[in-house]
Amino acid sequence: MENFFGFALPGVPYGCTYAIVAVGLVLTYQATGVFNFAFGGQAYAAAFVFTLLTQNEGWSGFPAFLVSVVVMSPLIGLAFDRFLFRKVGNSNTTAKLVISLSLLVGIPSLLPVIFGAQNLDDTATIFPFFNPNVVYFTVLQVPINGIYLSTITVTVVVLVALTALLRFTNLGLQMRGAVESRRLVQLDGVNSGRVVALAWAISSFMAGLAGVLLAPTFGNFQSDTYATLMVAAIAAAAWGLLRSIPIATAVGVLIGVVSTILKGYLPTSSIFFSAVLPSLPFFVLVAALLFLPGMRSLDMNRDPLATIDPPPPPTAAASRAPSMDRMIRRAWWVFFAVFVVSMLTWMPKTWEGVFNSGLALSTVLLSITLITGMAGQLSLFQGTLAGVGAFTSAQLANHLGLNMLVGGLIGALLAAAVAVVVALLSLRLRGLGLALMTLAAALLFDNTFFNDASITGGVSGLSLKEKWLGTSAFFNFNGHALFLLSLAVLAGCVLLVLQVRKGTVGRNLAAMRGSETAAAGLGINLTWQRIVVFALAGGIAGLGGVLVTIGAQVANSAQWSYSFSLIFIVLVVTTGVATVEGAIQAGIGFFVTSQLLTYLPGRFGGGSLVIVLFAFGAVQYAKHPEGVLEFQKRQGNMRFERLLFPKEYYALHPTEIAPGTNG
Amino acid sequence: MAEQALLSLRGVSKSFGGIHAVHDISFKVRAGESVGLVGPNGAGKTTLFNCVCGQLRFDQGEIMFDGTTLAGIPTFKRARLGIGRTYQKVEVFTDMSVRDHLMVAERSRCGEGRLWKDLLNMSKVSRQEMENVEATLDLVGISSMADTSVNALGLGHCRLVELARALAAEPKILLADEPSSGLDIHETAEVAAVLRTVQHERGTAILLVEHDLSMVGEVVDRTVVMDLGSLLAEGTFDEVMANPEVRHAYLGQMGAA
Repeated sequence: MENFFGFALPGVPYGCTYAIVAVGLVLTYQATGVFNFAFGGQAYAAAFVFTLLTQNEGWSGFPAFLVSVVVMSPLIGLAFDRFLFRKVGNSNTTAKLVISLSLLVGIPSLLPVIFGAQNLDDTATIFPFFNPNVVYFTVLQVPINGIYLSTITVTVVVLVALTALLRFTNLGLQMRGAVESRRLVQLDGVNSGRVVALAWAISSFMAGLAGVLLAPTFGNFQSDTYATLMVAAIAAAAWGLLRSIPIATAVGVLIGVVSTILKGYLPTSSIFFSAVLPSLPFFVLVAALLFLPGMRSLDMNRDPLATIDPPPPPTAAASRAPSMDRMIRRAWWVFFAVFVVSMLTWMPKTWEGVFNSGLALSTVLLSITLITGMAGQLSLFQGTLAGVGAFTSAQLANHLGLNMLVGGLIGALLAAAVAVVVALLSLRLRGLGLALMTLAAALLFDNTFFNDASITGGVSGLSLKEKWLGTSAFFNFNGHALFLLSLAVLAGCVLLVLQVRKGTVGRNLAAMRGSETAAAGLGINLTWQRIVVFALAGGIAGLGGVLVTIGAQVANSAQWSYSFSLIFIVLVVTTGVATVEGAIQAGIGFFVTSQLLTYLPGRFGGGSLVIVLFAFGAVQYAKHPEGVLEFQKRQGNMRFERLLFPKEYYALHPTEIAPGTNG
Repeated sequence: MAEQALLSLRGVSKSFGGIHAVHDISFKVRAGESVGLVGPNGAGKTTLFNCVCGQLRFDQGEIMFDGTTLAGIPTFKRARLGIGRTYQKVEVFTDMSVRDHLMVAERSRCGEGRLWKDLLNMSKVSRQEMENVEATLDLVGISSMADTSVNALGLGHCRLVELARALAAEPKILLADEPSSGLDIHETAEVAAVLRTVQHERGTAILLVEHDLSMVGEVVDRTVVMDLGSLLAEGTFDEVMANPEVRHAYLGQMGAA
């Protein structure tokens, strides 16, 4: 029994931090309707600044806590509200999710750009009266030190204060009212802007607090370590149906405690210890998604005043004047021909590699156009599916000596099969529920299959050799074969997506995206539609993964971690998720921008900055749901149309008055 | 008019927690007949619609449609059997043009879209399909907005699009849930005319939930009244309106007196 408590008690501080973030998630969701994935990023930012101050600047814990958690974190929350989420309609689930995902990806990448790369390993506790190295007393022979005491004290104080605020104050009541529609409560005389801003400030404070509390428990901490924190917190919040603070708290603490108990009892050599234990929070989350009917009806709030929003604009291609349209189509063909000829003749090898990588990534991103842009299903594991394709083909090449083209097709089929399994598991989930399920799937793969050296080749990955690609001269990778192969595969996938879009299935998918209730009421089998679109998108992502692997000559689990799935969504949303060209522009744009950034001083660390740039583009989703690039294209079109084809332009835009007429 | 019941409900009940939203409801709709389903707010009319269409699972009783018992059949299969509906809270396909709304219905009427046909370019819109769609657009009077995206339409027009979409699937019975809500007096008259035409020319049975009683009186052959989840009265429109219990349900003590 003493053993049991000896294992259980050290889990309490972990559980407390999970509980704080879970409650923060519940609070933001309840008060603003936003499920804030960025919490992980915010927690990391607070811990980063806190540790920077204590470690590099020699500050003591308390003033560093005041700056990083009491001042900085709420300010970040207020900025999120003021500049981003305030502009998004309550009913627009996708916009809210995408913006918070962009922030989750963008914040940890932005910090090294601002402060330079840091090695953070010497963290302090926040209160001077709790010394982390002093054991104050023992409970059942478990030593209770300063970290333990400060974490539990802070958690209890914060949770009691918050519960009182929501239960017993007028402000709590107003926060709950603002969820449905902040515009509607305004009509009742409530200053809803202030109420929601306050909710953001409080919840961001909690994110910062959790980050700083958790920092000393990790040795050298990275932004990825905060992913575990987020998943545990999301799982706890899910069991509370994103509503109940006591249940979220209890489940959070329980996850922490059960993890350390299992760690204590399971033999360290067993598969359960190495693979299943780290995945415990994901299993808890998946169980909530599968078994709690309440998780199926998330996002059902609809703003009663949503109808006063203006309709979203049509795509640039759909709103062009016919002459302009013809001109642009011809220009595209010329551009395409010049590109192909350049790639085959004078293009420097470095840039040929950049464009090849871009074409391969475009194929992966095309799967997001299909599943999210056309079918409206927010899938956060397309990168994982690409990884399934990549590793399958690489393994088949390794063990059976199979040609990568044949192995690639098998890899794509396996990726499609994995996608179908996840689709079947999440048949009843919509919007946020589906996003969480696919995220959990991505994280599960990261912790299990992709973490297994026998599958993914460990840190160095599985390297490819030319012989696996067959002996034909066509597969001479010193020439342009990779370019031709990538172009052919991408062209095939683009054709497939376009054919689906203009056919019956595409129309049914658009109907499903518009209203699932009405689509089913017309006789459309939603289950089948979902399975079809998941399978197709999974297969395309798998093919893309194979192309990336052939290009890089190595399949590495770091290429396909969950964070890349999130970055992929951010990339496509930035350029435009509704169009095929959006995916291609995102794929090529990502590598071209990365390459251009390598010419900048090293401090700007190309890899980080390119993600920051795209994340910044994606947060613009609030203003331009069609994608920033798509918006710019439409604006550019209109300017050129006015200049080149004024007659057609003014016929299409009757509200504008042509110069020189008596309007 | 055929005597055979197209839709028959027997002892249908549905509760949410402890609340009996629909309690022991039985009535029939014959093929080609128009029946009004009226009652004050909270009477359980939309819940009953949801039970018939499969959006809700009923707890007790039996619903038969065209000789098939509906329990356990998913919504999309019930639609394919010939049950069409419009919704109290408008459900249109955002970002889609009016014509495409009808095309989705036209195609789903003919069965599931096959992926391989799309990939082989074999699912182009046929002349016959186009003519059917145009005819329904004309019938409902929304041809002028065929290529407009529904995002740009007001509530009233969206209701007409919903009606046209339901009719494009050529249902055997149309469950219309407050089709005149949000429409002005002229548009309401147009909807009433469309419903009568559909009933008389296409032989479509209609089950109409509506608060505008004058419209109900104009359209229906028979009226069923519900209150607090139970069936209150059944008969011709004039008969049920003269019923003191119905007047009490609608108007309180004053109506009964």
